[in-house]
Amino acid sequence: MARKNRNVPEINQSSLADIAFMLLIFFLVTTTMDVDSGIYRKLPAWVNEDQKPPDINERNVFVVGINLNNELFVEGAYATIPELKDRVKEFIINPLQKDDLSEKETKFIEGLGDYDKSKGVVSLTNDRGTDYGSYIRVQNELVAAFNELRDEFCYAQFGMKFKALSVELQEAVRLAIPTAISEAEPVEIKR
Amino acid sequence: MSRFSRKGKSKGVPPISTASLPDIVFMLLFFFMVSTTMKETEVIVKYTLPEATETVKLEKKSLVSYIYVGSPRLQHQALYGTDSKIQLDDSFKNVNDIQDYIASEREKRDEKERPKMTVSLKADEKTKMGLVQEIKTELRKASALKLNYSSKKRVVDSRFN
Repeated sequence: MARKNRNVPEINQSSLADIAFMLLIFFLVTTTMDVDSGIYRKLPAWVNEDQKPPDINERNVFVVGINLNNELFVEGAYATIPELKDRVKEFIINPLQKDDLSEKETKFIEGLGDYDKSKGVVSLTNDRGTDYGSYIRVQNELVAAFNELRDEFCYAQFGMKFKALSVELQEAVRLAIPTAISEAEPVEIKR
Repeated sequence: MSRFSRKGKSKGVPPISTASLPDIVFMLLFFFMVSTTMKETEVIVKYTLPEATETVKLEKKSLVSYIYVGSPRLQHQALYGTDSKIQLDDSFKNVNDIQDYIASEREKRDEKERPKMTVSLKADEKTKMGLVQEIKTELRKASALKLNYSSKKRVVDSRFN
C-alpha cells in the first residue's frame, strides 16, 4: 500500500560452495567402491541320501584331501599346493595315455566337432576341522587348473584366450572341459 | 631477465575467479551421489576374507544375498562368545534359519530374476569347514546353488610360476 517497490536484495552466494563441499565430503566418506569378487562355484542339487552315487572307475577319480592340520593329500600321498595345479592338468589331459590317469571318451560337441573328452573328476574332501582359508586355497588351485586347460585348448584351437571367444563357443568349450570338481561331505581324514 | 621484473612490477597477478568453483564441486557431488551405494546391513561379525587368484566379479548386486560367517564383534562377544557365528540380515542366526532366509530373499526378487540369484559367502579364513559344509548343505536343500566364495584378489607373482 504505502510500500514502494523496493529492489530485492541479492542473496549472497559465496557460501554455496561451502554447502556443496560439505555434502561432497559426506558422500565421499560414506561411499564404498569395493567390488565384490570371489570364486564362483555351482553346488550340486540336493538328492536324497538313499540314492547311490554313480559308479565311477577308480582311475577317473583324482582324490584331493585336506586334513585337520590343513595338510594336503593327493591320491593318498602328501603334496604341496604349488604342484597341485599341474598334477590336476596332467590328470585331465593324460598326455602319455597312462593307465592310472583319466580315461577319454570321444564325444561330438556342437561347434567343436569330435573331441576327446576326459572322464576325470577331481574329488575334494576335507575334515570338519579344516580351515576355510586353506580349503579356498585348494579350491582356487583346482579352478585355476580347469581355467588354464580351457585357455590352452582355446589357444591351440582358435588362437585366443577363452574369455575372448564368443558366448556360443565358450559354452562349447565349457562342455568339452567342464569344471569337474566334486565335493564330498566332510569326513574324518586319518593323520 | 629485466623483462620479467618489469612486467611483475607493473601489473601484478590477476586474481583467479572462483565463480565456477561451486559448479565443479556440484559435479563431483553428483558423481559420488550417483555412484554411491549405502551399506544396507551392518556387519556384526569380524571376518578376513581368504585370497584367491581365480576370482569372478559379482555382476548384479541386487541379485546377491549375503551370508556372513565369523566371530562376533567385540560389543557382541559378551552375549554370543567368540565362536564362529552366522549372520543373516542384521542378526545372528543358526544354520537351520538359512532355508527360511533364502526363501524370503527369493520373495523379494522379481519372478524373472529368481533363477539368477547368487549367494555370496563372506566367511573368515579361520572358520572351520564343518560349519561351512553345513551352510552348503542347507543351501543345496534350499536349491540356492549359485555360490560365490567371496575372496580378495591376489596378484600372482610371476617369479613363482
